[in-house]
Amino acid sequence: MSATPDRSPASAQSNPKGEGSPMNTPRSPLLPLPWMLHLTVLAIALAYPFVFPSSFMLNFGVLALFYAFIGQSWNISGGFAGQLSFGHVAFFGAGAYAATIAQMRFGISPWLGLPIAAMAGALVGGIIGVLSFRAGLKGSYFALITLAFAEVLRIVSNSVTITGGGLGMLIPMKPGAANLQFVERSGFYFLILVLVAISIALAEWLRRSKFGAQLAAIRENEDAAKALGINVFREKVKVMLLSGAIGGVGGCFFAQYFLYIDPLIAFGVDKSVEMLLVSMIGGAGTVYGPMVGALLLALVSDGTRALTQIQGLSLVLYGALLVIIIAYLPNGLIDLFARIKARFSRGRH
Amino acid sequence: MDSTIIASAAINGLLLGGIYTLVACGLTLIYGVLHIINFAHGSMLMLAMFGVYYLLTLLGIDPYLSMFIMVPAMFLFGYLLYKGLIGRLASGKDENILLVTLGLSILIENLALMFFKGDSRTILVSYSDRMVELGPTLVAMPKLISFAVAMVLCALLGLFMQRTDTGRAIRAVAKERVGARLVGIDVDRIFAISYGIGLATLGAAACLMMPIFYVSPSVGHVFVLVAFTVVVLGGMGSFLGAVVGGLIIGLTESFGGLYLGESLGQIGISVIFILILLFRPSGLFGARQ
Repeated sequence: MSATPDRSPASAQSNPKGEGSPMNTPRSPLLPLPWMLHLTVLAIALAYPFVFPSSFMLNFGVLALFYAFIGQSWNISGGFAGQLSFGHVAFFGAGAYAATIAQMRFGISPWLGLPIAAMAGALVGGIIGVLSFRAGLKGSYFALITLAFAEVLRIVSNSVTITGGGLGMLIPMKPGAANLQFVERSGFYFLILVLVAISIALAEWLRRSKFGAQLAAIRENEDAAKALGINVFREKVKVMLLSGAIGGVGGCFFAQYFLYIDPLIAFGVDKSVEMLLVSMIGGAGTVYGPMVGALLLALVSDGTRALTQIQGLSLVLYGALLVIIIAYLPNGLIDLFARIKARFSRGRH
Repeated sequence: MDSTIIASAAINGLLLGGIYTLVACGLTLIYGVLHIINFAHGSMLMLAMFGVYYLLTLLGIDPYLSMFIMVPAMFLFGYLLYKGLIGRLASGKDENILLVTLGLSILIENLALMFFKGDSRTILVSYSDRMVELGPTLVAMPKLISFAVAMVLCALLGLFMQRTDTGRAIRAVAKERVGARLVGIDVDRIFAISYGIGLATLGAAACLMMPIFYVSPSVGHVFVLVAFTVVVLGGMGSFLGAVVGGLIIGLTESFGGLYLGESLGQIGISVIFILILLFRPSGLFGARQ
């Protein structure tokens, strides 16, 4: 179906400098990232709320980390396993609604909402995965069917009463850490930081583990992976469960932070695109790609909002960036750092 | 339920389907020839609709007459866009092209938001409210016109593909790229022409739609999934499929609204899309794998 018969290997990817190495081993090695890197990033993130205690800067930090988190959800299935999705918001929305419904209709603590959201997201991820992978959908077809699933969920949540329909659900304000509503914004900051740290740990584990290696094999060549004895279907469903769980938790956090969700926020195309963008622009299939992309997204959107009143400018920049990245830096911005580093270390020899 | 209501829903569904058909013809042509899933299709349609809107409001050109401007303009735009941008990236993976067209659609939509602002606009022409009696029901004349013209244009496109040298070359490239290149067809030029024709159909669709629809920077979202559904239902790359699929989807939308209500009624299209992809990805008229 998605045949590209004349894909000549020489022109498969643009390689402006003609340097073979970084392109031939995309998002390559299964080597662990150095501990120093993780510790440095963590130290900076921990210091941030003390250096920038203002409400504006904390909000910026929360949103950047939030996008890093849901971007990682996309990255785990879209980047590490190469299953491009346009409807990742389905997991996010499922988690947001599951936790909020549990809280509003059944009086369950939003702290328990986090695991509930993870399960809801994983469930949706698993169902979409089983159905689509059973039917053998990949590439663009998988991307389109995820979009349709998210759309179905949006319409259903807009039409049934338990979700509050099109009006959405307003979570009553009851400040207090027991209700997952922090009086200080820094409470939300540290919560999302913990979640991001967990997602980074998961991504790092994917880099090192056999599971991650199998996913990389599937991403690069599914038929070859099958020939190697990898149970492609099972591994792909597993990665959807994992990615769905992360997306679901992201939804629960979002609902608690903004105290409101409606069908368009929970299942709209926009968030799917943002999840994809931060991951692709930062570097899909890398541990820190989503964080780099999320930081850039937050900087660009806050920066343009501070400088001008023009609507849509930040996404114009982001859309242009996506095209440029795909053309010249298919492994994302993080690859730029790697290339600069490689050039420096070569220079020293 | 009253048979008049059902007949009226059927007629309105078919009329709606005519427009979907035209939008989907362009999409299926682009897929059939280039194997590109053109995610920017909806935002290109939006752009064309704004073109029609401004031709009327600034220059006073009737939307139906605008077709003589919009069709060549969109063709040229598509041709150049392919030559300048998409074609250069087209040697990469299928997924990359999908992402490039996604990037383009984000770019175009938000540029439109910057320049045209977010509100929905409609146009008013002298024949906007004129009704025609059709069987048991009354239909708005612009809807009838749009259906008829859309069908004629689809037939013309089909004829073009069958009878002209360019059409034959396009079909040759769609079937066998390497062979087409060997017999001396300039494949890259055919790619650009196909993309141009794909967008030209959107130029025509925009002219037919403006008298009955609104335009806003995000109006493309309404049509993206619908157009993909029509194409997948009919079979990727099949013109006959696009026509039949368009009519079926129009009916689905109309009857979904009738039986399930305004909100839940939209679900039919997405469900059809999912079911077709899961159980018969080649569609009604597509070649079996």
